[in-house]
Amino acid sequence: MISLSNYLVIGALLFSISIAGMFLNRKNILILLMCIELMLLAVNMNFIAFSYYLGDLAGQVFVFFILTVAAAETAIGLAILVLVFRNRRTINVQDLDSLKG
Amino acid sequence: MELIYLCIPLAPLLGAIAAGLFGKQLGRTNSHRITILGVSIALILSILVAFDTIGEGHTYNGAVYTWAVIKDFRFEIGFLIDNLSAMMMLVVSFVSLMVHIYTIGYLHDDSGYQRFFSYISLFTFSMLMLVMSNNFMQLFFGWEAVGLVSYLLIGFWFKKETAIFANMKAFIVNRIGDFGFLLGIGGILAFCGSLDYAEVFAKINELTGQTISILPGISWQASSFIALLLFIGAMGKSAQIPLHVWLPDSMEGPTPISALIHAATMVTAGIFMVARMSPIFELSDTALNFIMVIGATTAFLMGLLGIVQNDIKRVVAYSTLSQLGYMTAALGASAYSASVFHLMTHAFFKALLFLAAGSVIIAMHHEQDIRKMGGLKKYLPITYWACLVGSLALIGFPGFAGFFSKDLIIEAIQQSQLGAARYAYPLVLLGVFVTAFYSFRMFFLVFHGKERFIASSDKHGGQHTLPHESPWTITLPLILLVIPSIFAGYLLDPMVVGDFFHEAIYVNDAAHSFDPNLNSSLSQHLAVQTISEEFHGAFNFILHGISQWPFILAMMGLSLAAYIYLYNDSLAKWGYKKLHWLYNLLDHKYYADDFNQTVFAKGSIYLGKGLSVFGERILIDGFMVNGTAKAVAWSASVMRHLQTGYLYDYAFVMFGGLVLALSWFLFF
Amino acid sequence: MFQQLVFYLFTGVLIISAIGVVTVRNPIYAALCLILAFFSSSAIWLLSGAEFLGIVLVLVYVGAVMVLFLFVIMLLDLNLDLLKEGFIRYLPIGLGAAFIVTLEMILVLNMPAFKISQPLASLPANNTEALGKILYTDYAYPFEIAAVILLLAIVAAIVLTLRRRTDTKLQNISEQIQVSRHDRLRLIKMQAEK
Repeated sequence: MISLSNYLVIGALLFSISIAGMFLNRKNILILLMCIELMLLAVNMNFIAFSYYLGDLAGQVFVFFILTVAAAETAIGLAILVLVFRNRRTINVQDLDSLKG
Repeated sequence: MELIYLCIPLAPLLGAIAAGLFGKQLGRTNSHRITILGVSIALILSILVAFDTIGEGHTYNGAVYTWAVIKDFRFEIGFLIDNLSAMMMLVVSFVSLMVHIYTIGYLHDDSGYQRFFSYISLFTFSMLMLVMSNNFMQLFFGWEAVGLVSYLLIGFWFKKETAIFANMKAFIVNRIGDFGFLLGIGGILAFCGSLDYAEVFAKINELTGQTISILPGISWQASSFIALLLFIGAMGKSAQIPLHVWLPDSMEGPTPISALIHAATMVTAGIFMVARMSPIFELSDTALNFIMVIGATTAFLMGLLGIVQNDIKRVVAYSTLSQLGYMTAALGASAYSASVFHLMTHAFFKALLFLAAGSVIIAMHHEQDIRKMGGLKKYLPITYWACLVGSLALIGFPGFAGFFSKDLIIEAIQQSQLGAARYAYPLVLLGVFVTAFYSFRMFFLVFHGKERFIASSDKHGGQHTLPHESPWTITLPLILLVIPSIFAGYLLDPMVVGDFFHEAIYVNDAAHSFDPNLNSSLSQHLAVQTISEEFHGAFNFILHGISQWPFILAMMGLSLAAYIYLYNDSLAKWGYKKLHWLYNLLDHKYYADDFNQTVFAKGSIYLGKGLSVFGERILIDGFMVNGTAKAVAWSASVMRHLQTGYLYDYAFVMFGGLVLALSWFLFF
Repeated sequence: MFQQLVFYLFTGVLIISAIGVVTVRNPIYAALCLILAFFSSSAIWLLSGAEFLGIVLVLVYVGAVMVLFLFVIMLLDLNLDLLKEGFIRYLPIGLGAAFIVTLEMILVLNMPAFKISQPLASLPANNTEALGKILYTDYAYPFEIAAVILLLAIVAAIVLTLRRRTDTKLQNISEQIQVSRHDRLRLIKMQAEK
């Protein structure tokens, strides 16, 4: 039988992979954005699992809202990315250090 | 009746507002008309109230307006009308009206004419509010308001350097007293939970046995503590040693206000207040002893100063100080009624003396030095007689007002069982001699002897070579004040001997009856009652008085003054040579002013400078303000290296935080 | 048994494609891997009774968001070598971090509260209808806010990327309509001949 912990392990693995991805692709904003998507997917996975095992629809409603906000975030993130590329001709994080103290 | 009570203070206030704000539009004549009308209304209504209260026995105690309510404390404006306040209202409005009329003549050519009328009407309002109040809040309001008007009037000629110094001095010295007074009121609020006289006096016995601890380890009796604090207020306002220094200087103001504020009414506010608070003071023998010592000391030492003064107004000012000392000493002997009685008679004859002095000053074209006067009797007949009556009343010549009140005070102090009475009695007796001496020294120097003024008033270009009597606006108040100065003393029988003040003043006649150390059925506080029992009419009182020490001493003083200043002034020079050190001491006013100047004034300046340098510039500006800024700048310059600007570094920190949070959740 | 098989199959695909997202050189491949990951997780969601969300994930993410990603990747002229440098150098750190997180998560998941093998209560059979009901009743206000957030995202994305180009010739119609005689015509009085 598939138990709750199976789902939770998937979520944990996805989360760890995306964290590792952030470290590995530290220069590429595009991949960083994708890692964030993966992270959110991990969270959503947990929500769905709990919703299923506790028999509560509220979890799915939350996934719904997370998807909404994630979509908005991706749209704006990509827009900013395009803008950054247009202005600086690069998306290398190493070059984006205007905030350096 | 309530409406009448309300009208009494408000009529002068309206006059003050009209003359003060619309003085230019109204013009001089209308300004004095409107203020005199206001004060007249107050006087007439006060007479009505006096008939109703004293005659019919109707007293009133109630609030007319609630100002604020904070939980259980009510701040109200209310009136307490009983015999004490009715009498004070009469005195205040009567003297005030006299001074208003007098001012028309006195300040005829002054540019601040309307302003002056506005001020004295405002003063009348404040003083009436003070005496009519039924709670401490309003009392304090009136107290501060008369202080303010006094400040304004001392500095009335604000272009005069000395006047500005004097009014600042008066204000600051009064602040010291007011600080004590305010603390006393605070103490009452803390212990009795109310500011209303009636409520406080009803609860006052709860104070006995309670203690208050300001510094750890030292505790005082609450009743003594509060009474002493309140008396410090009275010391400031009524110019008792050591807070007396402002009163002589206040003579920088125009003479009418010296008469009204600094002799007749405002300075007696302290006496009035203590009499009003008699239930509180009765609880504390410590406070009463203290009051008597201060009063007797003031009475004697300030009288001595009067001997060496050459400024006519300062002589009268020191005599005021001395008389206030008498009143205070009487308060200490629990002879509140005697004290208030002397307050009333003193108000009349001292106003008379001041106004007479003002009349002399006008005649001499604002020359105030008595050495440059003399022989004025034939030029100023009305002023001469008025001044004679005033002086006789002041020294307590039998039959005049001052005789009754002052003798009563001296006898009360003699009868008092308090320890301080043994110290106070000789001082007040000697004070009588001194009073007689300086009063008639001034009198003889001004009105008798050689005419020393011709040369000195030549500066007017020979226009007014001879002095002439003042206009009717000045002499009328003099004549009107002569009457009570002679006859007010005969109110002794109803006012003091009868129980005129039985509702307003409380004398503790039971508290000490069971004192085992006192093998007498008489209590310590029953001085006046003892006198009353031996009283057999005013005429007998006079007969009795003639054979007593005060009269003999007064006559000695008068005779000595007459001998020295009429017949043999070489004696004065001899005395001056022989007693040079004493003269120096007196001339410097016991060095009180110098002491204050060097210790307190300079000390304050040094303290201020020290605080400015160390406290303000180094501690606050340097350390706290700039130090904070520097600390922020320094820590920012260190911490800015954390801000690499790289996204992944921030992500790494976030990840670290996540790990830490998760570990916390797991392991703790 | 079949369900279990399907579950493990899609789980495997999901994990592998997720690893692919973070490791491949080319961003286009990474995006495609992500699409695959979304697909397989959508299948897992369908297994666990979230039909509506599973389909929405495919429609919205695969159909819209990932297409947007691909567009952006293709539009930008990326220097891939530069972006991938340091990959090997940071591999140990990345793996270490991932290891720590996994370890901690496993510790969390060992708690007894998570030991559930059977659903405690069953969800309504008609998932979409039930979700719709609850969204439009209990969650009406959050739903509205979510709508506003989406609108905001649209507006923000447009405003951010909008640029005014100076080298193009455009008609300004309102200016053309508002034009008046003084702007175009100047009357000069001059002598007829001289």
